[in-house]
Amino acid sequence: MSLPLVVLLPFLGAIAAPLFAQGGRTAIAIASSVPALIALAALFPHWSVLSAGGTVLHTYEWLPVLGLSFSFRLDGLALLFALLILVIGLLVIIYSHYYLKASENVAKFYSLLLCFKGSMLGIVLSGNLLLMLIFWELTSLTSFLLISFWTHKQDARRGARMALAITGGGGLALLGGILLIGNIVGSFELDDVLAAGDQIKAHALYPVALTLVLLGAFTKSAQFPFHFWLPHAMQAPTPISAYLHSATMVKAGIFLMARLYPALAGTEQWFYMVSFTGMATLLLGAYIAMFKHDLKGLLAYSTVSHLGLITLLLGMGTQLAAVAAIFHVINHATFKASLFMAAGIIDHETGTRDMRRINGLWRYMPHTATLAMVAASSMAGVPLLNGFLSKEMFFAESLQLNLPGLWAWIPPIVATLAGIFAVAYSARFVHDVFFNGKPVDLPKFPPHEPPRYMKFPVEILVFACIMVGVFPTVSVGPLLYSAASATLGGDVPDYQLAILHGFNLPLLMSFLAFFGGLLMYTQRQRFFDFHAQLKEVDGKAVFEFAVSKIEDMARSFTKWLENGSLQRYAMLLVVSVIAVTIMPLAEHGFFIGENGLSPVDWPTGIAAGVLIIAALATALWHRERFYALVLLSVVGLIVALAFARFSAPDLAMTQLSVEVVTIVLLMLALYYMPSWTPMESSRSRRVRDVLIALAAGAGMTLITLAMLTQPFSSISEFFLENSKPGGGGTNVVNVILVDFRGFDTLGEITVLAIAALGIYAMLKNTALTPPPGDGLGHAWTRDHYPLMLRQIARPMLPLALMVSAYIFLRGHNLPGGGFIAGLITSVALILQYIASGMVWTEDRIPFRYHNVIGLGLLFATIAGAGSLAFGYPFLTTTFGYITWPVVGKFEVASALVFDLGVYLAVIGATLLALVSIGRLSPHSAIKSKMEGA
Amino acid sequence: MELLFAIAIGALTTSGVYLLLRARTFPVVMGLTLLSYGVNLFLFASGRLATGQQPVIGTTASYSDPLPQALVLTAIVIGFAMTAFLVVLSLRNLADNENDHVDGRREATTAASKVEQEVSSK
Repeated sequence: MSLPLVVLLPFLGAIAAPLFAQGGRTAIAIASSVPALIALAALFPHWSVLSAGGTVLHTYEWLPVLGLSFSFRLDGLALLFALLILVIGLLVIIYSHYYLKASENVAKFYSLLLCFKGSMLGIVLSGNLLLMLIFWELTSLTSFLLISFWTHKQDARRGARMALAITGGGGLALLGGILLIGNIVGSFELDDVLAAGDQIKAHALYPVALTLVLLGAFTKSAQFPFHFWLPHAMQAPTPISAYLHSATMVKAGIFLMARLYPALAGTEQWFYMVSFTGMATLLLGAYIAMFKHDLKGLLAYSTVSHLGLITLLLGMGTQLAAVAAIFHVINHATFKASLFMAAGIIDHETGTRDMRRINGLWRYMPHTATLAMVAASSMAGVPLLNGFLSKEMFFAESLQLNLPGLWAWIPPIVATLAGIFAVAYSARFVHDVFFNGKPVDLPKFPPHEPPRYMKFPVEILVFACIMVGVFPTVSVGPLLYSAASATLGGDVPDYQLAILHGFNLPLLMSFLAFFGGLLMYTQRQRFFDFHAQLKEVDGKAVFEFAVSKIEDMARSFTKWLENGSLQRYAMLLVVSVIAVTIMPLAEHGFFIGENGLSPVDWPTGIAAGVLIIAALATALWHRERFYALVLLSVVGLIVALAFARFSAPDLAMTQLSVEVVTIVLLMLALYYMPSWTPMESSRSRRVRDVLIALAAGAGMTLITLAMLTQPFSSISEFFLENSKPGGGGTNVVNVILVDFRGFDTLGEITVLAIAALGIYAMLKNTALTPPPGDGLGHAWTRDHYPLMLRQIARPMLPLALMVSAYIFLRGHNLPGGGFIAGLITSVALILQYIASGMVWTEDRIPFRYHNVIGLGLLFATIAGAGSLAFGYPFLTTTFGYITWPVVGKFEVASALVFDLGVYLAVIGATLLALVSIGRLSPHSAIKSKMEGA
Repeated sequence: MELLFAIAIGALTTSGVYLLLRARTFPVVMGLTLLSYGVNLFLFASGRLATGQQPVIGTTASYSDPLPQALVLTAIVIGFAMTAFLVVLSLRNLADNENDHVDGRREATTAASKVEQEVSSK
C-alpha cells in the first residue's frame, strides 16, 4: 500500500494546495511540503529489505488483457531516485517560497510542481513498463506547463513547446520500444523484463527495440543531437530549472538506461550508441557552456555535458562504470541544483543573469558567494568535494575501454578535454560573477544578501557536497551500493570510495584538467574570438523553421484536400474505399467458392434483367429527373420482389411500403426543385466518374459472388430454436426485432424520431416557391384534387387501417409487425393528403405527429422498463395466451406493447417528414396544427 | 443465380456511385437510394439465397437465416429516414442559396439561369 501512496500523495497535494491559497503563501508552501514528508516516512521502513538486496513490490490489476497493471516496485535504484526527487523537491519548495513574487500565481506553481513530483515518482517506482510510460508522458506535460509558467513571455512559450515536441516525440519512440520489449518477453512487468535480458538481446528485433528506447532516453536527457531543448527550457522560473532541468526530469533518461541496464546493456550496439552519444554530448556541452554569457545558459550547457558524462559511463558497459554513473547522478544533482539556486539568488538580487554585467559580487553577498564557489568547485572536480570522486572514477574508467589501437586513446583524451572545459567554465562562473572588477549597470543596485532562509536549501546541498566528498563511505556508501546492485542485477564489483586512490593516471588527468582549465580561462578572450568566428548552428532556429515548415505543409495540404467541393470529397471517399478493397480483391479476382452457382429460373432472370436495366437507365437519364424517378421506383419494386423471391416476406412488405413513401417524398421534393439537371461536368469528368463507378460496381459484384458461393454457418440457429419457446412467436424476424435485439430496435426508432424532428426543425421557418411549371414550359394541372382519386381514397382509409391492424397483430407469428403496419398506415394517410389536400386532411386528424412519435417512444420504453419492475433485465419479454370470441386462441406478448411503440413511431416520423415538406409551399395555405395552434 | 444476383448488386452500385458524384442534390439523393438498395441486398445476401424457406417456424422444413433479414428490415426504415433528411437538406439548400448545387454556396449564376444557358446553347 505504501508505494502507490508515495506516488499518489503529490497528486492529492496538487489538488489540495490551491485550497490553501486563502491562507497565504506560507500556508501553501507548508501544505505542498506535506506529501513529500509523508512519502519519505513511508519509504523509510523499506530500507531494511532494500539494504539486504531485496525489492518491494505492490501490484494491483488494471487492464490485465493489455499487460498493464498498477505495479509499484521499490529497489535500490528506485529508492535513490525517489530520495533525490523528494529531498530536492522539498528544498525547491522552500526556495520557491522566497523566489516567487507576491503577485504571481503561487497556487498554480505549487500544484504543477506537485503534479510533476508525483509523475516523476511514478516513473522511478513503476514496476510495469507501460505504467512507467504513462508517468513518463506526464512529466513531459507537467514540464511543458512549468517551463511556460510565465505565459506572457514568448520565449517561455516557445521553449516549452520545443521541450514538449522533443521529449514527447521521444516518448512516442519509447512507447514503440516498450511494446517491442513487451512483445519479446511476453510481459511488461519489470521483474520479468529484467530477468529476460538474454532473450531480448538474442531477439532479431533487439536493435530496433534498443534504438527506440534509447531515443526516448536521449531526448529526455538532452543528449546530442536533441540537447538543444534544454537550454531553451531555462525560460522556466529558476526553482523549476534547478528541480526539473538539472536534478530530476533530465535524469529520467539516465534512470531509464540504468533501469533497463540488465535487459538491454552489454552488447556492441549498446556500447557504440550509448557511449558515442554520451561522448559527443559531454564534449559539446562543455565546450558551449564556456561561451555562454547567461548564468543559467552556462549551467544548462554544463548540465548537458554532465548528462553526457553519465550516459558515456553507462555506455561503457563495465560494472565499475555503471557504479560511477550512479554515483555521478547523486553528485551532479546536489552541486547543480545548488548552483541553479545560487544563480536564481543572483538574478533575484541583481535583476540580470548576464555575466558581462554581474561582476564583483563578493563584496555585496559573501555568504551566497561562498556557497556558490564550493558548489562550482565540485562541478569543476576539485578534491574533497563529491564531484571530484565521481569524475576520478570516470577518468579511471575511460582508460579501461578495450578499443583497438589508437582508438583506445580517444576516451581518455575526450574525458580530459571535457574536464578542462569544465574547470574553465566553473572558473568563469566563480571569477566573473564574484570578482573581476565591479558590477556594470545592474538593474538593481546595490545587490545584497537574499532572505536568510532562501539560502537554506543551498546550504543543505553544499553541505551534502562536502560530506560526500570527505566521507563518501559513510554518507552515501550504503545507498550507492544498493542502487548499483539494483542496476547491475545484484552483481556489484569491488570498488572503493576513497578520497584519493594514490598517485595514478586518473589523478594526472585531473591535474591536467585543472590547470589546463585555469589556463584556458585566463586566455578566454582568445577562445571567445575563435568561437565568434564559428557559424553557430542554432538548434532553436532549426526547430522553429521545421515547425513553421510543417505548419505550412499542413495548411496547404488541408487547403488542397478541403477545398469545399462536396463532389470532390465524395470522389475521394469512393476512391479510397476502392483502393483499400482492391488488394484482397486482386488476390482472388473472379472467385467462386465451394458451393458453386445454382441455376437461374426464367422469371427471376427477367426480373433481374429489368432491375439491371432500370438501375443503369436511372443513371443514364438522371438529368430528366421525373423519368429517372419513375425508373428508380421500378428498381425499388423489383428489390421488393427479390426479397419475396428469396424467402424474406417481411422484407418484401417493408420494402414495398417504404418504396411508396420514398417515391412520394421524392415527387414532393421535385415539385419545388428544377425538374431537370443542367449539364455541368466536362466530358473527361464524366468519363472519370463512369470509370470510378464501374470499378466500385465490379468490386461489389466480385465480393458478392465470393460471399454467396462460400459455405457458411450462422449464429441464427439460436434464434430459430428459441424464437417460439423463448420469445413466444413463430415469425423469427419479428421476434428478433422486438425481443432478442429489442434494444437495437429501440435505438433505431429513436434515430427515426430524431430524423423526423430534424426535418421539422430544418423546414420550420422556410418558404419555397415552386417553379410555375415543370421547367420545360408545361404548367401544372389546374385540377388540384382529382375527383376519381378522392372518391377511391376515402373508402380506402378504413380498409387500409384494418389491414394494418391485422398485419400488426399477426406480426409476431406471421410476416408483419410494427414496422410494416406503421408504414401501411402511413401510406393510407398520405393518400388522403394527396387526394384531398392538406387543409381537408389536417382538419380531420385530431393529433400532432410530434406527439405520435413521443407516444411511440414512450410505449417502447415502458414495455422495456416493465420487466425491470419484475426484476428482469431491460426489455425482457413475457407472453401468455387468451381466447377471444370469434378470433379464437390468441397470444399476447409484452413484446406487443413494444411493437405498438414501433408502429406509432414509424407513423409519426413518416408523416411528420412528409407533411413538413408539403407545407413548404406558400400556396398550400394551411392553417396548420403543426405550429401547435 | 448467384452470379446474376452479384451483377444486379454491381449495377445498383455502379449507378449509385455515378449519381453520387454528380453536382446537384437530386441526382445525389437518387444515387444514395440506389446505393442503399445495393447495400441492403448485399447484407441480405450474407444469409445466402434460399427459395421458399421463410423463417417462420412451422411453415417449412428448413429456414433461411433470419438475422440478416432483421438487420435489413431496420436498415430499410433507417434508409428511408436518411433519404428524407437528405431531401429536406437539399430543399433547405435550395431555399437558402437559390440553387441546388451540392456545395451549398450561393452562386452568381443561379441554377435557373444555368438551365437557361443550357437551353439556349442547344
